[in-house]
Amino acid sequence: MVTAERHRRLPRMADSPSSSPPSTGPPGELTEATRDEAALTRFLRGLPGIDAVGLEQRATALAGRAVKGEAKLRAIDRAVSMVDLTTLEGADNASKVRALAAKARTPDSRFPDVPRVAALCVYPDLVAEAVTALRGSGVGVASVATAFPSGRSTPRAKLAEVELAVESGADEVDMVIDRGAFLAGEYGRVFDEIEQVRAACGPAHLKVILETGELGGYDNVWRASWLALLAGADFVKTSTGKVSPAATLPVTHVLLRAVREWRERTGQTRGVKPAGGIRTTKDAIRYLVAVREVAGSDWLSPDLFRFGASGLLNDLLMQRETQLHGHYSGPDQVTVDL
Amino acid sequence: MTEPDANPLEYAPAPESATVAALRERYRPFIDGEFTDGTGAVFSSVNPATGEPLAEITGSAESDVDRAVAAADEAFRRRWAAISGTDRAKYLFRIARLLQERSRELAVLETLDTGKPVRQATEFDLPNAAAWFLHYAGWADKLDHAGFGPSPEPLGVTGQVIPSNFPLLLLAQRVAPALACGSTVVVKPAERTPLTALVFGELCEQAGIPPGTVNILPGDSGTGASLLAHRGVRHAVFTGSTEVGERVRRGLAGRGKRVTSELGGNGVNIVFADAAPEEAVRGVIEGAFFNQGRVRCAGSRLLVEESAAEEFVARLRDSMAELRVGDPMDRNTDVGALGSTAEVERLSELVERGVAEGASRWTVPATLPRRGDFMAPTLLTDVQQSMSVARTEIFGPVLSVLTFRTAREAVTKADNTPYGLAAGVWSEKGSRALWTARGLRTGVVWANTFHRFDPTAPFGGRGESGNGHVGGAAGLEAYLDV
Repeated sequence: MVTAERHRRLPRMADSPSSSPPSTGPPGELTEATRDEAALTRFLRGLPGIDAVGLEQRATALAGRAVKGEAKLRAIDRAVSMVDLTTLEGADNASKVRALAAKARTPDSRFPDVPRVAALCVYPDLVAEAVTALRGSGVGVASVATAFPSGRSTPRAKLAEVELAVESGADEVDMVIDRGAFLAGEYGRVFDEIEQVRAACGPAHLKVILETGELGGYDNVWRASWLALLAGADFVKTSTGKVSPAATLPVTHVLLRAVREWRERTGQTRGVKPAGGIRTTKDAIRYLVAVREVAGSDWLSPDLFRFGASGLLNDLLMQRETQLHGHYSGPDQVTVDL
Repeated sequence: MTEPDANPLEYAPAPESATVAALRERYRPFIDGEFTDGTGAVFSSVNPATGEPLAEITGSAESDVDRAVAAADEAFRRRWAAISGTDRAKYLFRIARLLQERSRELAVLETLDTGKPVRQATEFDLPNAAAWFLHYAGWADKLDHAGFGPSPEPLGVTGQVIPSNFPLLLLAQRVAPALACGSTVVVKPAERTPLTALVFGELCEQAGIPPGTVNILPGDSGTGASLLAHRGVRHAVFTGSTEVGERVRRGLAGRGKRVTSELGGNGVNIVFADAAPEEAVRGVIEGAFFNQGRVRCAGSRLLVEESAAEEFVARLRDSMAELRVGDPMDRNTDVGALGSTAEVERLSELVERGVAEGASRWTVPATLPRRGDFMAPTLLTDVQQSMSVARTEIFGPVLSVLTFRTAREAVTKADNTPYGLAAGVWSEKGSRALWTARGLRTGVVWANTFHRFDPTAPFGGRGESGNGHVGGAAGLEAYLDV
């Protein structure tokens, strides 16, 4: 077996507290799992399975739960407060970021009681612009990093991106895992990379994007979630939004189960962020139902659950008005995101 | 960040409207193609979730049974068996379409009459009823190729007694193959739940099916007994409890009739330590509490591997606590009402007896509606093979937990019952699931799922759970003279 040699760094990890803040080190019985690559592999392979048929059946059944009236209005506001308003296009520049920042502060100028969104999510070179535009607003700035979306670059280049984002003032870093390494069974390599990014983040929150659409099945999503949590992720996130399928309800169920079990086993609470493909209020409410039923009501907070989306906010605003006034007003009543 | 909210994301009641069911004040027997006043006693059908009467029904007396059987016999000889399979298929397809078109109405009516959750009636009972007709419509002109030799002959008039747990679905499962084969039918729905069957008569009228081919006789068990025993009935189909089923079969022995029965069960879920835990928990809950546990093939016994038992039962309890018990008309309800007050009493006694014999009881902390026949889903742990709760058919929302040490022990314990209807095996290891399934003496074994029905798959019991099959080509056999 070459696995043990493949990653010299891993065995050091457990006894280098300087590289990981106290809240992130895996406690108790889980420390053993991260002792070296062989132990990590044993732990991940030994996790109980996920049955695809049962999981999808459950996700479909829960999607039938009805949230209406006053409860729906509150759910919409809750969803707005959980949005990571995202722009990740090649054409992004300072003006686009300023436009979205204004919308993040005040999503709907006609209704000042609409909560602000959780964060604005941009590429690392635009973080400084976003920080300036959002100063004092309470809206966080999130930056993708580590050669988003593919994750295909050298560790040095990836870390340089994280440093750029953090130095520019990002509150949150959304990294991608190396799916190639994960699928090759090089769990240690993936673990180390997350761990190093975790260290480079400093006080910034770390969201780890698993890109579930490339992992080839729920069992792998389950393992990748545990791997990310063990390596110190504050959030596990489904997708980049650049790969189809992006977030789905069953995949989000798997992530929610992982954070629930993580808390049962460690007492630490970690968050979940589905991203990509969530466009309507109906979808968003289905996700909130899943959060409540699978993880628990505690997770119904922007500290622990986020939507990575660009178009969702406008639909939430339109449905919010429909709930308030009893009629639908049309897409021109909300602002275009250009 | 937003203020913490005392009750985030509460599910608003999402009641289905009762007007959708188009309830009438009075329902009448359907004989020889028309609704006629029966000569039997008038009785009322009660909504078990509220205790309120829904409608009055004219029952069927002996003379109505005679009339219906004569009409069915006439239709069999002159019309139904004489037309081609292709023509019979046409009618069956029409009925399937009508079931789909009127599915919301029928689902709500079924919910009012039975107390089952409306979401289940909409997503399970109705689509499956239509699927059964679609499937057997396809067989009607292909009987030569069903494996029973060339031109298999229909039996003749079929008398069918349908129970109260899935009134319309079980009717569809038994009427569709009979009609496809060329037999005609006289159906006696359960006394407490006759409404959808009578609306089904209306569907037959709408489909233009020849008069007398389908007859519906509401009435009590006496009506059912005289129907099955009637000399004109060539084939008696009984679905219900083992006790009544045995009486029926004894009474009909030696009369030159064919008897098909689906009787009781004492189904089991076997959970191995390597099972996908979350799905196994959901599956066990589904197996035991689907339709309030009022399913002949319900998995009322859980056999869990001893090494995983403690954790599994803890998870089970957590998930059970999330079950929403209450108004069947609310689309968020998971567990609705039982069939009658007598059933609630029978089940309470059964649980008491289990506790007296040494089992530990835990019930879901749900607030039950103040009126109506409700019972909180109940978990009995520390159950031993010898206790009455493990021996008898439960037919209600009560789940008994037993443990096993080896796969062989699991199979032995599972088979140690006179029944043999259904079982579930939960394991991530395919070979283990297959080995276990081979050892189980039940009509159906589900692997890593439960309560999956498909019209293409035969379903039937072994031992005291009955004889004959419904579903697939095998399901035709009961209705053919082969």
